[in-house]
Amino acid sequence: MLRTNSRLKLMTVSSLILIILSIYMVLIYAPREVVMGEIQRIFYYHVASGWIAALAFLVTLITSIMFLATQNERHDHVAMSSAEIGVIFTTMNIVSGSIWARPVWNTWWTWDPRLTTATIMWLLYIAYLFLHAGLEGHDRRRHITAVYGIVAFISVPLTFMAIRIWRTIHPVVIGSADPDAEGQFDMTARMTTTLLFTVSTFTVLYLTILWHRVRIQSLFEYMSKLQYQMYND
Amino acid sequence: MMNSPVSTMKSPMYNNDKNPTTGQYWRIVRTIIWKDINIEMRKKTLISALFIFSVMVTLIFTFALDLDKSTRDNVAVGVLWVTFVFASTLGLNQTFANEKNHRSLEGMLLSPIDYTAIFVGKFISTYIFVIIIEIIIIPMFYILYGIQLFSPLFLLIVLLGSFGYTLVGTLLTSIAIRTQVREIMLPILLFPVSMPIIIASVQCSNAILSGANWGQFSNAFNLVIVYDIIFIGVAIMTFDHLIQE
Repeated sequence: MLRTNSRLKLMTVSSLILIILSIYMVLIYAPREVVMGEIQRIFYYHVASGWIAALAFLVTLITSIMFLATQNERHDHVAMSSAEIGVIFTTMNIVSGSIWARPVWNTWWTWDPRLTTATIMWLLYIAYLFLHAGLEGHDRRRHITAVYGIVAFISVPLTFMAIRIWRTIHPVVIGSADPDAEGQFDMTARMTTTLLFTVSTFTVLYLTILWHRVRIQSLFEYMSKLQYQMYND
Repeated sequence: MMNSPVSTMKSPMYNNDKNPTTGQYWRIVRTIIWKDINIEMRKKTLISALFIFSVMVTLIFTFALDLDKSTRDNVAVGVLWVTFVFASTLGLNQTFANEKNHRSLEGMLLSPIDYTAIFVGKFISTYIFVIIIEIIIIPMFYILYGIQLFSPLFLLIVLLGSFGYTLVGTLLTSIAIRTQVREIMLPILLFPVSMPIIIASVQCSNAILSGANWGQFSNAFNLVIVYDIIFIGVAIMTFDHLIQE
């Protein structure tokens, strides 16, 4: 974990290559959508970042529970790192959605159920990071943030139900479409391929960043231990 | 009145293993509740401060939203819930304040009792204060805005909604007191988590007061109950980890 890792290097290089390929796929390979035009291309990154956000928070939930069960500090590093990455990807998801909505919905923002849920999720995990930064003492911080990591995840589906009016203007491209959605379109085969490709690219990217972040955290705590030993000698 | 909490704690009552019988468990809970109520009955600071605070919040909303007769009916329930939320948050901030200021939480943790009993006791005493505040606010709203608020279903949803809010609030207060900036940290942690129950309670209250039938608000009503149940479980399962260290 502490030494430079060849597998991690390989992951980093391959996610770089995948990102470049995905830019090609999104901008050139995927066909131009008839109604919305070029702006539709934002969709591939929008969906991918939303997927990574959900995955990252799920990982935070699982590792938080595992930390409380096993008291292994490695789980806490993963939980915190994953939440950090999740917040970044949620931000990307919201910002890209907003840019897309300006020409298609004719507004930057609307209090649609889907958008409200995303915002609350974003706030929950920002609070999680605040909490992580505001607590002193390693052991105390690990326990407390683990509990908040669990509480935060549970409230996401609840919020989703709370404001779930069955009509939403947010398009549902995968699965059944809502007739009220604005900006709806049917995917062609090339679009599906591009979407799958960007989602897998982002998943690899997520794993790479997570690995880096966990490694930094472990090094940081290792360093704190050394400093502590040094001052106490 | 002289029945002080300390004297009710007869130490031979409690086993040293942390598995008291149900009767003993509720005895501990009652002791903690009684301690908090006793302190409040002598100091009388919390309830009076919360009362003044609620009056002021109501006044600010009246002028900020220019609540005349026409707009009043649409936003009054929202204003009522915001007043509840603000007042409860202030009350929650005080939940562990006595324990923190007099360093008595350590004493409670050292005594051979089940930690969840501390949580349940603290939660119930806070919930009692919140209910007292609501008993004051609701007639005040009725007098100031002339909205008929005394429907049994509406009062039920107020009780259920503030139950969930206070429950999660008590859990998160025990987190917030561990941070440097506890008064600021509590709303940051609590508002997003409690969003579902606030949204559902406001939807429900609006529907009930506008005379909608059961089918129109049953979803929101069920959600309030589901939220309450889920967070009872989460609180009981996680409180040990929060308080232990």
